[in-house]
Formats: sequence, structure tokens, C-alpha cells
Amino acid sequence: MNLKIVVLAKQVPDTRNVGKDAMKEDGTVNRGALPAIFNPDDLNALEMALEMKDRMRNVEVVVITMGPTRAADIIREAIFRGADKGYLLTDRKFAGSDTLATSYALFKAVQKINPDLIVCGLQAIDGDTAQVGPQIAEKLHIPQITYVEKLNDITENHMMLTRRLERGVETVKVNFPALITVHASANPCRPMHAKRLLKFKHAHTLSELQDQNRDYTDLFKEHPYLRIEEWNAESVEADESYLGLSGSPTKVKEIESVVLTQKESKRFTDKDQDVDQLMKELLETRVIG
Amino acid sequence: MENFFLDNKHLAFHLSHPLMKSIVKMREKNYTESKSYDYAPLDYEDAIDSYEKVLEVIGEIAGEIIAPNAESVDKEGVTLANNVVTYAKGTQQNHEVLKRAGMYGLSLPRKYDGLNFPMVISIMVAEIIARADASFSNIWSLQDCAETIHEFANEELKSKYLPMVHQGYTCSMVLTEPDAGSDLQAVMLKAHYDQEAKCWRLNGVKRFITNGDADIQLVLARSEEDTTDARGLSCFLYDRMDNAVTVRRVENKLGIKGAPTCELVYKNAPAQLIGDERMGLIKYVMSLMNAARLGIGAQSVGLAEAAYRVAFKYANEREQFGKKIIDFPPVYEMLASMRAKIDGVRSLLYETSRFVDMYKLYTYESKERSLSNEERDQMKYYQRFADVYTPLLKLFASEYCNQIASDALQIHGGTGYMKDFPVERLVRDARITNIYEGTSQLQVVAAIRGINSGVFLKRVKEYEAINLKPEWQVLKNTLIEMTNRFERSLEIAKAWNNAEMFDFNSRRLVEMMGNIIIGYLLLIDTDHNDAYAHSAHIFIRMGDAQNHEKENYIAVFTESDLAAYQSIK
Repeated sequence: MNLKIVVLAKQVPDTRNVGKDAMKEDGTVNRGALPAIFNPDDLNALEMALEMKDRMRNVEVVVITMGPTRAADIIREAIFRGADKGYLLTDRKFAGSDTLATSYALFKAVQKINPDLIVCGLQAIDGDTAQVGPQIAEKLHIPQITYVEKLNDITENHMMLTRRLERGVETVKVNFPALITVHASANPCRPMHAKRLLKFKHAHTLSELQDQNRDYTDLFKEHPYLRIEEWNAESVEADESYLGLSGSPTKVKEIESVVLTQKESKRFTDKDQDVDQLMKELLETRVIG
Repeated sequence: MENFFLDNKHLAFHLSHPLMKSIVKMREKNYTESKSYDYAPLDYEDAIDSYEKVLEVIGEIAGEIIAPNAESVDKEGVTLANNVVTYAKGTQQNHEVLKRAGMYGLSLPRKYDGLNFPMVISIMVAEIIARADASFSNIWSLQDCAETIHEFANEELKSKYLPMVHQGYTCSMVLTEPDAGSDLQAVMLKAHYDQEAKCWRLNGVKRFITNGDADIQLVLARSEEDTTDARGLSCFLYDRMDNAVTVRRVENKLGIKGAPTCELVYKNAPAQLIGDERMGLIKYVMSLMNAARLGIGAQSVGLAEAAYRVAFKYANEREQFGKKIIDFPPVYEMLASMRAKIDGVRSLLYETSRFVDMYKLYTYESKERSLSNEERDQMKYYQRFADVYTPLLKLFASEYCNQIASDALQIHGGTGYMKDFPVERLVRDARITNIYEGTSQLQVVAAIRGINSGVFLKRVKEYEAINLKPEWQVLKNTLIEMTNRFERSLEIAKAWNNAEMFDFNSRRLVEMMGNIIIGYLLLIDTDHNDAYAHSAHIFIRMGDAQNHEKENYIAVFTESDLAAYQSIK
């Protein structure tokens, strides 16, 4: 059998290494000041898909990302790390999407591939909603297994997975097709492989090449594997009313920039009465006890 | 994200040296390999881009995985149980990641699964990895053994073992014995041919073997009965799968604790001959040692870079007497001198690597077709330089590495003496660099040949002939004057007509020459990129002062000076 896996990945601003320019004055993320990276949880997701490919024959790992032209970077990165190929879902019509509109667009793209399994990272570090994966599963009417930490077993028909939950772990069995979201505690992604890096470093989308004014017609003809396919709203047959701002019921009402001031900290000395006071406060606020 | 390639612009600078064009073109057989391998470069720019991309991946692995592991690796060391040596957990992770990234066998030909990268690049990788963890760089760099297998072993051995190197099987060079350290001619481990099993058998003890429990071991052994010198020694390949070697102990060392140093007992161990009998030490091991010395040069530069960086950071953070300590003259003098030495010796490292690349490429070429006279001259030209630059590099890089690590600790003051900061580990790790693969004293013995033969001077005259921008003329005049004074000192030393007096002063002469060569390299670098101007200035002034001192010593040296020293015996 031929198992087709789609990994959904997102290019995000690196919010883990924030400098003083990381936020704009209005409290929104200053994307220009932060390097664009492969969303960390999505790397765990990619690794899990690649582990499936290691364990079984005839597994194809396809990466889909939705974003601007430069998001092709993470498709290349995924290919360098072992993915077979990737699709860039890009269209101005997607701009301003909330999780519902995003999951709709991705759902349409996934439908086009019709995979046996969809693997997502648990959440993206820019939005932290963890909603997109589950929403896609709902739209596809397939089971969703969230918080997956470990792949215990995989056969042609099903998988055994361990979920990392707040108070322990849970092992579940699920048949294909299914969607899973992978927890950050799962295996870290394998490194980029030198030979894949050198083989696929010239992989580009058509728009990238047009932007660079390079004629790669011959190169694509000779090496079709170097072409990263681009899809837009039309090519995934999406209903425009569900896309972008018009498809996004979530509206940001207000953003408040919270600056912690020194007033909010309290100083206790090592005197007995201070320690008593501290214990009392901690008990009262139910931090302990 | 720490990236030890991207954060060190000096590496990209050396990658852009004009000779790289010739090296890459020969290495890539005029870019014809791209027809048979989809990961081979299409042209020079594509090749350099490939090197940079791979270096970037390694730089990230070094910065994000190997360096953070270094402290626990140092603490954990290695363990020996049931005749198996186990690396520290961090070392295992480092090895595993580089293996999975397909980075082993970087410089092997593609037909043996390698990436066919030039020596310059694998040396750069060795430098990057040593900056992250010097002990791990030993395990990593021992894959140079593959180069010896590739150059001298038969096709059967090559096609079996070289792809294994790419898969991450480890290597070791098994040379030293209890009574054969610097003097490898005294090697006793016995090899005899077993007619029945149709293989060689090894019997005896080896000591101080770095990564001794490796999968693929190159063993120097006495194959000729009743011989006592180098001509009775051959080189063998022992495969660990044959399970005929006991690891008697692993040493408890001052530094590089993550790299196991083993005592090995070979008990009728089956082995296969590399190349021809009797050529073991004379040809193969000498070649292996030269590669290893270049590797130690890279390790020393990487370690020195690490030490400089922690010292620079500390000097900018630590305040005393109301200001940062970097603002005090003794501290900034130390830091700027460290920087100048690193810039200089790194330039020597890549100059030497390019010589090695060029002559090896011609050597491989000569095995496939007969070279033209001009090509043969080129091969000899680069080989002569490679032969004498290698010990000069090993001498300077390892001594500087020690000085820089020591100064870095000094800048930390008492804090640096504590285990809380990484600098004490760097000092301990540095201490081996001027001992193993030939002590500094032995590097002088090898490098002095280049002084006697005039090979160094020939190269210096070539540097002198390069037209530099007028603003560097003052420093160049100093170098010309230093060269003149060197020649006078050499004449004086030769006129003694006394071998022992000459030997006694040989280190002075070699160091005078080294100062001139590194001075020129820095000045030429400055001509390409004036970011090196300060280092060139500092180094040439420092070298000039040192050379004056040595010149003065030699100028009035007499037999009675020598006799005073000899009285200690």
C-alpha cells in the first residue's frame, strides 16, 4: 500500500529570541524585526511523519504551508530534512485569516491531495491557538488525536500513539484516515541532510524565480523535482467568502500592552515574621496548599 | 540561534581566497560530476554556495548542540565496561546528529558516498567543531583515517570501508606504544601472515590511543622479523567487528575528557595490509600524521576562538574600579593580542590547507593520467610548501592556543579558576595540543628543514613580490627588515659549523620565520579586507620585537653558552 502523509507547517516570527524591537507600540508583533523560522512544533510533527517513513515502505511525506512567497523557505527546509515534496498555498485573498479561515483554506488544499494522515504541530508560536489542526479534522470528518508525543506502532491500517496530557499519558489506537497534532515533547526533528541540501538547494517556486528574473525553464525540465508547486485560492477550489477577513469571525477588539511595574513585586527578608507573612499570602492566593 | 559559521566572518573570508578557484575546479574535475551526481555543483559559484550551506548547517549543530553539551561531556567523561568504551551522552548525541546530517566523509569522493569537499572545507568544519567541544573534534577529525585508506589501500578495502565512514563508523590511528611515543621507529607490535586464514595477525600492546575502541583502526605494526627500524613497519586495518582486541584501560586525563584514550591489547587480531609492506611508517603513517597535524592546527584555532570569545564577553561585562575591565590597558592589550594571534594563525591554517589540497589533487590526478611537466612542477611546488608549513602551523597554532586559553582565564581572574565558567575547561583541553601528534619540540625538527632548504624563504620572497596598497608599505618594510635580519641570523648559525649549537637554536630560527610568514599573511589579508589592519599591525610589531630578541641571542651565542646548559646533564 501507499501511505500518503501531509505535514502542515507554518513559517512564524521567532518569538523565542525577542529583542527590544519585537513588539510594535500598539502591542502587535513586529514581524520585520524577528527572523522567520519553521514553527517549532511543526518540526516535531515533521519528524514524526519521517519516522513513519523510516518504519514503513512506500510512505510519501508532503508538506503544505500557507503564507507569503518567502514561506517557500520552510518547504525547502522540510525537504532538506527528509520530506518528499511540498506545496506553497499563497494568495492575497488569504490575508487577514483567523483560525477558521486558515483551517478552511488548508482543508481545501489537503482535500486536493487526499492523504491518509495529516500531521500538524500542536500550535504555532505566534498565535498559540492550537485550533487549526482540530478544525481541519472537523471539516474532513475524520478522527483527531491531539497532544501526540510518541509513535508506538504503525501498520497499513492503524497507528498506536501516546498522548501527553496534563496528568499523565494516554495510549490510543486510531485507524486511517486521521489527523494528529504533535506535542513539543515529541522527538526533535532530524537535522538537514547534507546531500539533500545540495540536491534541493535550487528548488524554487515559480514566483521566486520570476522575482529573481531568472530563467529556470531548462532546469525545471531537466530536474522536475526542483519545482515547488504554488497553489492559490482558485487552484484549491476555495469559496472566497470563507477566506481572509470576510471568512474570519474573530475580530480583535482591543490590544492592551501590559507593562509590569516594580510596584507589583514585594520584598521579603529572611526574618521569621516575613517568612510567615509570605506563607500566609501564598496559602491565601492558593499558590500552594 | 547560535551558529558558529555565520557568527565568524573570518571563515567566509578564507573561503574566498583566489586559489580556491583552482582547488575546486580540480576537485570537481572541471564540474563534470554534476552529470552523474545530482548533488554535485554546476560551477565554481555553485560549489562555494554548497560549501557555505553545509558549513551553515554544521555551524548550527556546533552552536546549538555540541557546544551546549561540552560541559556535561567534560564532567561525564567516558566509561569502560565489558571491553566496550562508551562515550558521554552528549558525545553520543553530537555523533548521532552529525551522522544523521550526512556530514561524515565530507572530503571523500562521491563514489564512496562522500561529498567530495576540499581539504580547506573539512579543516574549516574541524575548526568550527573544536570551538564547540575540542574533545569531540578528536572523534570527528579521526575520520581523516579514511583519507589514508583512500590514498593507499586497495579497491576492495576502499569500497568496503570508505562508505562505512560516511555512515558514521568511527576511526582511530593506532601508533603509539609504551616504548614508542615520539620515536615511532621503535614500534614493537608484531604482525605475521597467517597462511591458513589468509590474513595478517596482530599481537601486542598499544597505548595512549585516542578513540582506541573505534570501528575502523589503522595499526602500525612490525611485519618484518628481525628488524628494528622504520623499514620493518607496515600499516594494517583492523575491523572492530572481529572482536580480537581488549581495551585494558581508558586514561584519566587533564582535559579532552570526552575523547577516550585507550590502552589496547591485540591478541592474534586479524588485519588487512594497507598498501605495501615496509611502507607503513615511511609513507602511509607520515601522510596520516601530516593530515592529523593539520587537524590539530584546526582544533587549536577553534579552541583559541572559543577562549577569546568568552574572555571578550567577560571583559565587557565585568566592572572593577567603576569601569569595565576591558577599558584597562593590560586587559585590552591581552585581548587585542589574542585577536591578532588568532587572525594570523588562522590565515596560516588555511594557507597550509590550500597547499595540501593542491598537491593532493595533483597526486590523485597523477594516478589517473600522466601529468604534464608543468603540472608535475606545480605538484612539487605545493608539496614542498605543504611539507614544511604543516609542522610550522602545528607549532604556532598549538602554542598560541595554550597562550590564548591561559590569557582568557587570566582575564576572568579568580572566577576563571572555578568550574563555574567554561574557561578552565578550555585551558585543560588546550594543554594537549602542543603535545600530541608530535610535540612542539618535534615540530621544530620538521620545520627547520624548510629553513635549511630555503623553502620558507622562497615563499616569503613570493609574498614580498605581491604588490600591496601603499598604505601598508610601512608594515611591509618591517617585514622586509625582519627577513633580512633572519637571513643574517641563519648565516651566523650556519657559520658555527656545530650541529648541536644549531639544533639548540633551531626553535628560535623557526619562530623568527613563523613571525615573518604570519605577518605577511595578515598583511595580504589586510590588503583584501582592511578589517585585518589592526591585527596585522599588532602582530608585525610584536613579531618584530620577538625577532630582535632572538637575533640578539643568536648573534652572541657561543660554545660556552651551550656548555652552561649542558652542565645540567
